Amino acid sequence: MENAKKFGMVIDLDKCTGCGACMVACMAENNIPFRADNTDKMLSISWMHVYKLNNRKLFPDYEECYLPRPCQHCEGHGGHSPCVSVCPATATDYDMDTGIVSQIYPRCFGCRYCMAACPYHVRQFNWWDPLWPDGMEKMLNPSVSVRMRGVVEKCSFCIQRYQQAKDRAYMEGRREIAEDEYQTACTQACPAGAIVFGDLNNPEHAVHQLAQPDPARHGHSKNPRAFRLLERLGTNTKIYYLSSREWVRKAGDNYLEGEFKSKAHS
Amino acid sequence: MDSALIPKGVKRCPAWQFIMWIGANGAVLTWGVFALLLVYFKGLNQTNMNNAYGFALWIWADLAVIALGGGAFFTGFLRYIVGKDELKNIINYAVLIGFICYSSALMILGFDIGQPLRGWFIFWHANVHSMLTEVAFCLTAYFGVLAIEYAPLVFENRMIKKVPFFHNLSHNMHEIMAVFAATGAFLSFFHQGSLGGVPGVLFGRPFGFREGVLVWPWTFFLFTWSAAAAGPCFTILITKITEAVTRKKLVKDNVIDLLAKISGWMLFFYIIAKIGDTLYWANVTAPSKGSTFMDFYTSSSGSAYGLWILFAEIGVCGVLPALILIIPKLRKTQATLWLAVILAVIGLCLNRWVMVLQVLAIPVLTFESWFTYFPSWQEIATTILPVAYGVIMISTSYRYLPIFPQERELNPIDEPAAPPEVAESEPEPTDAGPEPELSPAES
Repeated sequence: MENAKKFGMVIDLDKCTGCGACMVACMAENNIPFRADNTDKMLSISWMHVYKLNNRKLFPDYEECYLPRPCQHCEGHGGHSPCVSVCPATATDYDMDTGIVSQIYPRCFGCRYCMAACPYHVRQFNWWDPLWPDGMEKMLNPSVSVRMRGVVEKCSFCIQRYQQAKDRAYMEGRREIAEDEYQTACTQACPAGAIVFGDLNNPEHAVHQLAQPDPARHGHSKNPRAFRLLERLGTNTKIYYLSSREWVRKAGDNYLEGEFKSKAHS
Repeated sequence: MDSALIPKGVKRCPAWQFIMWIGANGAVLTWGVFALLLVYFKGLNQTNMNNAYGFALWIWADLAVIALGGGAFFTGFLRYIVGKDELKNIINYAVLIGFICYSSALMILGFDIGQPLRGWFIFWHANVHSMLTEVAFCLTAYFGVLAIEYAPLVFENRMIKKVPFFHNLSHNMHEIMAVFAATGAFLSFFHQGSLGGVPGVLFGRPFGFREGVLVWPWTFFLFTWSAAAAGPCFTILITKITEAVTRKKLVKDNVIDLLAKISGWMLFFYIIAKIGDTLYWANVTAPSKGSTFMDFYTSSSGSAYGLWILFAEIGVCGVLPALILIIPKLRKTQATLWLAVILAVIGLCLNRWVMVLQVLAIPVLTFESWFTYFPSWQEIATTILPVAYGVIMISTSYRYLPIFPQERELNPIDEPAAPPEVAESEPEPTDAGPEPELSPAES
């Protein structure tokens, strides 16, 4: 696995305005189904979900922050993602070449054990058949299969774009793809430039420079502004968040009283 | 009407009464089947599950009935492996209850998946690292064992055993039943444990996650232990209910007393282990993930997940029934015996509820809140369906099969002398033992 890539993302929460463009781009790119009434977010599907956080203080100290949450593509320890190891039918996989956690829709039989395993709620279930308004089916992305009722789906880091970029490079006689040849839909759609995507293993990629992952500590960031969600659980995610605000960084994980500073910066 | 099918020397209710009883339960069963068909044809949107509650009432029911059916494997283990001979008088019923529980569990698993037609993928594309895979394999295999254990009892029906093939098959199956009992105990250890492993391996869910030995979290062992401890309590409870409904004594007190005593001691040591596990988890595991004990319980009054649930599971439904069952005087008193087995069964069900539903109710991300869920009528109907199925199975088996070897002795009836021509028309196989003693427990 000498040239193994580890695709990941850095999301600068100080830049995110919560506009939701990433969610819309994701839904369009990945043929995400929706219903006439899509208001119940516990029943609808959004691979990219934007949370609204606040510092639980009153005006004038009140602050809020938007936190986009795609699949965290957990590596765990040695590819032992929370969801991958539990799937009884091998319908989800951790790719050691890319670090992407994939989902094989025609193999998933909908037991939902992976949903129970994921603490981030990135895995969502097709409770209904996907139905598109008349004419809209012609606008579906032909590179992404539409999922059927009764299976689990989740963010794939727009893996179809990676495959297309690799195909293009192969046709041009190249073995490697450039950083800008494979970018996720949410990254490109973000008007604030808050999302940076690339290979965490490649020191030339912006995502590596921002995240500064420490391989000796399961990718723990050396950047004092950076944190990962629920890092203490050992999920070893590949989504790094940046914030200059301490309460935001603290909101990324659970801490006992007085524990935040020592744990977060150790 | 059906007297030719009823075992000799026992009294059963009139056929019309039996048909009414089956009809009433059949109506409940039909309601469940209707809900089941809705789920099959319309999908899991018929439930109140959601993206936070991927597991809900059905998975709880699955875990609970499998644990309650644990009376079959543990009673078989005690009877055939340990050699507790008295238990031959209740092993038939334990097997029947186990058969009902496991067939119900398989049925629930059959519709609790989004793509039922792909259910076989769990065997074909098996992921050996998944606890659910182990559950599926062991559960299916053990259901086969239970079917083999139950079959000889069916062959003991008066009409069926007239066929020499079934009579001989039944006799030969009795001979090797210990092998199946041992196989069943082995398989049960693993699938009961694997069900405990289902929440125990979820390292993303600190309420369910446990450390352990090699690949097995502590919950693996606790689930097996609790099923072996409280499963026999369920067997006793159903026996007692059957006795109450039929208004007959069906199993002698010494048999019940022995099973209750063993169950009590198992429960006693289980609850000590459970308390130890809870203390270690609360003081070591959870804090290492940044959570305090009280992060996992809501403090609002009337909450489904307040501390009351822990005290109910471990104290009222754990320590109390264990103490009742290990104290001879209390165990031998009918009222306290009833109380103990009911509490033990509730405690087991509460444990499975907590380890499935509470795991998912608790917010792990700091900016999320507790998740709530209440099952839809379709979920409730399909969960009651196995209960109606169980009642029908028990009623039918009790009526037509010699389930309770001690029934004739405990309930002698004055049979009118049979006219010679009738006696000749129903010759008994010459090598059959006396009927009251017929049971898979007897070789």
